[in-house]
Amino acid sequence: MTDVINSDNLRSCFLPLNQFARLFDVLAAREYEVIGPTVDQEAIVYDRLTSIDDLPRGWTDVQEPGKYRLESREDQALFGYSVGPHSWKKNLFPPVSTLSVGERTEEGWQFREPEESTPRYAFLGVRACELAALQIQDRVFTGGPYVDTPYQRRRMQALVIAVNCTQAAATCFCTSMNTGPRCQQGFDLALTELSDGFQVEVGTDLGEEILQELETVEISPAQETRAAAARQNAVDQIEREFDTTDIRDLLLSNLEHPQWNDVADRCLSCTNCTMVCPTCFCSSVEEVSDLSGDHVERERVWDSCFNVEFSYMNGGLVRNSIRNRYRQWMTHKLATWIDQFGTSGCVGCGRCITWCPVGIDLTEEVAAIPKSQT
Amino acid sequence: MNEYPSAASRLDSQPNAWVAQTAVIREIIREVSGVATYQLALKNADAANAFHFEPGQFNMLYVPGAGESAISMSGDPDSTDTLTHTIRLAGNVTRRIAAMQVGETLGLRGPFGTSWPLEQCAGKNVILVAGGIGLPPLRPVIYRMLSERSKYENLFLLYGARSPEMRLYTSEYERWRAQGLDVRETVDRSAPGWRGNVGVVPQLLERLHDFDPERTIMMICGPDIMMRFTARAAMQQGMTAEQIWVSTERNMQCAVGLCGHCQLGPEFICKDGPVFRYDQISPYLKVEGL
Repeated sequence: MTDVINSDNLRSCFLPLNQFARLFDVLAAREYEVIGPTVDQEAIVYDRLTSIDDLPRGWTDVQEPGKYRLESREDQALFGYSVGPHSWKKNLFPPVSTLSVGERTEEGWQFREPEESTPRYAFLGVRACELAALQIQDRVFTGGPYVDTPYQRRRMQALVIAVNCTQAAATCFCTSMNTGPRCQQGFDLALTELSDGFQVEVGTDLGEEILQELETVEISPAQETRAAAARQNAVDQIEREFDTTDIRDLLLSNLEHPQWNDVADRCLSCTNCTMVCPTCFCSSVEEVSDLSGDHVERERVWDSCFNVEFSYMNGGLVRNSIRNRYRQWMTHKLATWIDQFGTSGCVGCGRCITWCPVGIDLTEEVAAIPKSQT
Repeated sequence: MNEYPSAASRLDSQPNAWVAQTAVIREIIREVSGVATYQLALKNADAANAFHFEPGQFNMLYVPGAGESAISMSGDPDSTDTLTHTIRLAGNVTRRIAAMQVGETLGLRGPFGTSWPLEQCAGKNVILVAGGIGLPPLRPVIYRMLSERSKYENLFLLYGARSPEMRLYTSEYERWRAQGLDVRETVDRSAPGWRGNVGVVPQLLERLHDFDPERTIMMICGPDIMMRFTARAAMQQGMTAEQIWVSTERNMQCAVGLCGHCQLGPEFICKDGPVFRYDQISPYLKVEGL
């Protein structure tokens, strides 16, 4: 990880809306596949974008525990929402990917890497909490003794264009996790949306190079003030507080706490929280064979510690109850992740709260542990 | 992104950990009911020459179409012309391996994981404790120690099997004893002709008096519950958790700490284990369903 950039010292300029529209062409000419927010199935998801018109113009999201709704805005904002069910991990760590290929030959089985080119992504609209999530997954997949090469190849050539939040959902708690809402580091360019364009901050030389292909103007003090006010709006809207003081020791010293039984009565073990989490990385490998059985691929698919079979071993299950599986998820995310990767696995994006069908709120589950102890 | 130059510099040097080597079955030795030992040889000469393992490490054996299974190396670490795996028929993959013949090929990735603390054993007593299929992961330790016997004080193997006919590697005990390993056995259930101990493994330990607990290292491999009771008995005899090492088992898929399956508390059994010092892992081994 590089040092924290003080975003107040970055070169900053103003990008008019018509020039922002040209960004898509500039990125296409550089052979980037632009991935960003768009409306699909009544949610703002991340998908392939070809023009400014693919963005969720005039839409916003309303979120609560167990609830997500799109509503139209009174303005034409392009990034006037918080976060949806997708995160960028679906592009860097795809839900389904081929890891190796086996062919049966006259000399027996031969194994090789799959032949596929690494996609060149430009991520447009990355939020501060998501920048933090990217850096957490970098540690998971590339920071240890073994590097996940499929992730690393995608990550190395991905361009990151961040967008500062100008509003917050009721489920957001990035301020408690120190991950946002201001984009501080880990981007090539960072935007703050104004009514007639964007304040742009330059994070890397590559970002500067791309910006040079667009016509920018010097930012006025008034525009700077408006951008700062828009960012402050997001800070002011965050109401949720999550006290993480000594959270590792708190959770690991309460592995038999009755609260795990309480949450198990509500949890459906549906895996939604792990699917929408931008840092959850568990996977399984499946065999995909052709009809002859002579060509077999190993496919990695997202898995979840909430799946019953996840802990299967020697004819039995280690985590044979919802209580045990919820305990695994939460203690991993908030406690043992720190042992493993030197950081919490939670960035405070609130997705697991929003997308839980029964509205389980991990901040409340944690808070219930010391409360019932006293 | 230029966020992590350290990762970038490794981009070319890191082989894809997911791609298996081709291994051919050279020999199959029937051990006991449902258990056989497979001698495997890597087809690629460079990979075969480079292969080196430490006692306690494991490989992922891959049967295309069925999947992978984590199997401990159970042969001599100083002789890797063939790679020895003693396999119990337990699931899809091992059933498919059981149906294979000499000359057939499968995939192999490894070796992975941590190893037994042999370097700490010099000048000390060593007690190896194995339960059932827990003996194969300890056999490389036996081979290594007996090849340099003078480095150690008293060496013990306490071995518990379900029944007399389920005891592994019995043809080797005589040689091991002659070379200076005190082999003591017990079975859960006796059978006609069995004149040895009947009972659980910790009872063998309780009868062991001729060792100085302060100058002893213990290595245990077996079911979680057997390891816990053995470690407790050892500590009652004056050993500390820092002198006891265990080999743990969980569902392993990637073997490199990336898939999440094998976690036990903060540990990834595949890369932080399977061999742990007892004080490091015991707080988590004790928790049911963790």
